Amino acid sequence: MSQTVQSSGDHTPDENRRDFLTLATTAVGVVGTGMALWPFVDSMNPSKDVLALASVEVNLSNIPVGQAVKVMWRGKPVFIRHRTEREINEAEEVSLNELVDPQSDEARVQKKEWLIVVGVCTHLGCIPMGTATGETRGDYDGWYCPCHGSHYDTSGRIRKGPAPLNLVVPTYTFLTDTSVQIG
Amino acid sequence: MRKFALTAIAAAFALSAFAGTSAKAAGNAPVPEAQEWSWQGLFGTYDRAQLQRGFQVYKGICAGCHSLRFIAFRNLEGIGFNEDQIKAIAAEYDIEDGPNDDGDMFTRPGIASDYFPSPFPNDKAAAASNGGAIPPDLSLMAKARLHGPDYVFALLTGYEEEAPEGFDLAEGKYYNHYFPGHQISMAPPLYDEAVEYTDGTPMTMEQHAHDVVAFLNWTAQPELEARKSMGMKVLLFLIVLTAMLYAVKRKIWRDIEH
Amino acid sequence: MSAPVWNNKVVKWVDDRLPVFSMLHHSAYEYPTPKNLSYMWNFGSLAGFVLVTMILSGIFLVMNYTPHADMAFWSVERIMRDVNYGWLIRYIHMNGASMFFICVYIHIFRGLYYGSYKAPREMLWWIGILILLAMMATAFMGYVLPWGQMSFWGATVITNLFSAFPIIGDPLVTWLWGGFSVDNPTLNRFFSLHYLMPFVILGLVVLHVWALHTVRSNNPTGVEIKTPQDAIAFHPYYTIKDLFGMGVFLIFFLFFVFFAPDFFGEPDNYIPANPLVTPPHIVPEWYFLPFYAILRSIDFTVFGIPAKLLGVLAMFASIIVLFVIPWLDTSKVRSSKFRPVYKWFFLILFIDCFILGYCGKKAPDDYFMGIEGLKVITVGQLATLYYFAHFLLVMPIVGKLERPKPLPASISESVLKGGANA
Repeated sequence: MSQTVQSSGDHTPDENRRDFLTLATTAVGVVGTGMALWPFVDSMNPSKDVLALASVEVNLSNIPVGQAVKVMWRGKPVFIRHRTEREINEAEEVSLNELVDPQSDEARVQKKEWLIVVGVCTHLGCIPMGTATGETRGDYDGWYCPCHGSHYDTSGRIRKGPAPLNLVVPTYTFLTDTSVQIG
Repeated sequence: MRKFALTAIAAAFALSAFAGTSAKAAGNAPVPEAQEWSWQGLFGTYDRAQLQRGFQVYKGICAGCHSLRFIAFRNLEGIGFNEDQIKAIAAEYDIEDGPNDDGDMFTRPGIASDYFPSPFPNDKAAAASNGGAIPPDLSLMAKARLHGPDYVFALLTGYEEEAPEGFDLAEGKYYNHYFPGHQISMAPPLYDEAVEYTDGTPMTMEQHAHDVVAFLNWTAQPELEARKSMGMKVLLFLIVLTAMLYAVKRKIWRDIEH
Repeated sequence: MSAPVWNNKVVKWVDDRLPVFSMLHHSAYEYPTPKNLSYMWNFGSLAGFVLVTMILSGIFLVMNYTPHADMAFWSVERIMRDVNYGWLIRYIHMNGASMFFICVYIHIFRGLYYGSYKAPREMLWWIGILILLAMMATAFMGYVLPWGQMSFWGATVITNLFSAFPIIGDPLVTWLWGGFSVDNPTLNRFFSLHYLMPFVILGLVVLHVWALHTVRSNNPTGVEIKTPQDAIAFHPYYTIKDLFGMGVFLIFFLFFVFFAPDFFGEPDNYIPANPLVTPPHIVPEWYFLPFYAILRSIDFTVFGIPAKLLGVLAMFASIIVLFVIPWLDTSKVRSSKFRPVYKWFFLILFIDCFILGYCGKKAPDDYFMGIEGLKVITVGQLATLYYFAHFLLVMPIVGKLERPKPLPASISESVLKGGANA
């Protein structure tokens, strides 16, 4: 089959002369294709039922001083620690200069004895140890992430290790003295 | 050639049209009369006030037996309620939740993300309370029957006081003109002033039926308005693009004998 | 067909090692295409476009779908209500199935009319039939996934077809189900296969295009490309024509998606599957109706073969027969344009398929088009008879007896005469 066909192979000058009509049509087509892809991309964002997920209510009366609990909120653990006097002092006395991500303890708690943070290491998402009694709490009496060795203090702030930021404080409100709603 | 193609297409269409319109094999129920609905046509939208009245009818009448399990309270935003109203509506319902710290289930007032609770704990309980018939879920009712909303409206208003002479109506059944087989377990649900409207709309049985069917059409197709408005834009865009493509095609083919 | 010269260094580097650019250049750019193709030749590329659309929308649906008997229906409703643009993606997928069959059926009838199955295009035709079979399997299994009433009972009825085979029938059906009825194991395997099959189809499409580019496109005259003047390059002539066709087709397709999304569907599939209640009137999706009519029209026993088995065999035979038509057609010319007698038989076949579709939709004891005394089953039987007679009798006999009109010497000549392909 050795036919040559009209305008095959190299571009003829006529074909290279991109007129306005062809350019405009191409532009409209490309924009349209782009817009058509958006619904598919957006379908991977959180759906309405996920966004509407209920907030959790936690009863604090069962947590003795010095201990902590984990609760699930939006599929992630939230640490609630009933801090001792000593732990509060430790958290408050640190000078901000020493901190990787400077934040005062005051800015991170609503009531001094209750520290509430999202229990996900800000490095790569592991769950730090130190909530259950007997687990290591790291060099700063807070939490210790076993994956890559990040140490958090008694205010959940990063002190040592690869994590860049403090543990995140979720939005929460105290409904009564002994119950808190997270989210 | 053209005549040939036209013959073929005409025959095909005639057959397809006939296939679409004849009655179904079952039940020999009459075809329901077509009603006027606000959402019909290319530009039709829902009437929020009507949807809210329909919700009132559902809540006051239907909800006693029929679940609405695909609808969450938060969805009511779609019929024009604001966040506070939705919270208030949700709080009227008792929702089973749990287990709590003691391992027990408990009930609490509903919140926006809860779904409408079913009136019966399970299908067996529903059947037991309704003479063996399970009241169907209504979330998709307007899409799940032939003739959709027209059928639901016809059914709600199609009861006869007395079965026609010679019709053998079973114990505990009601005669309905539009129900396949005519014997339905649901007692006539609607009557004049069945629920109290506050916006001055006449409280006739027909009006109640129209409103609740509108509401059920919304529960079945909550995306309808977004779908149509997006459809308009997409089709307009495509018409422009296709016209441009045609022009380019003409230009490119100008020099080719074909 | 000289090898293209690449000016871009990166392109050249890649092409020297893996000639993807040369391949694209040959098959999508300079591919010599008859200059007289009508718009009937748009439906192959349209079908390809729908296949890609189906795969794309399908992949995104799977991200939110749960293949479990208890959750499938719910997860589909969640897609419709909560997932961002979920309703759009699902309606595209749902209506896309119908669009795929519309394109492919037109494509097949075009091939039948213009004799595109005749030598040397038998292999091309065969792969096409395999694509049709794969599409049918895919569409059937996809329809089961929402786990509505039609899903469930469609699955039950179709899988039960296999019970018609003697001895192996029952164990085969149990094996297909993974249990003693259509249930969660069935749903799971159908889901797995429904995800697999589109890629099988894609592979077959590659073979189809490969075969096409080996034997070249047929054209309305049925006369092969003889001189360079008969052909034009695929690009830009047919790329732009295909794109224009795609625009028109998208308007048609998306009209249904946005304004009549349930037009092709059955209301019963919005009722969750219930193994205790069969819907009073089950019908397959429209694209299976002609085959369903053939299945049902066999209500008699022949040589002791039960009607049930005969029906199943007839249904399969209705597709298998397509494999043999390159040899059943004895005509010397390809295109029906030059076959004054056969052309009318083709028209009858076309209408016959619609009659079969109509009969598949109706209950067997209904009256055909409301004509008193004319039962749907009787008409269906006659239509089935013609369907097979067309291929097994009309094709060989008419091909021998008919005197075709004189063919143009070449494509160019037919074009210059003007209006020949109007």
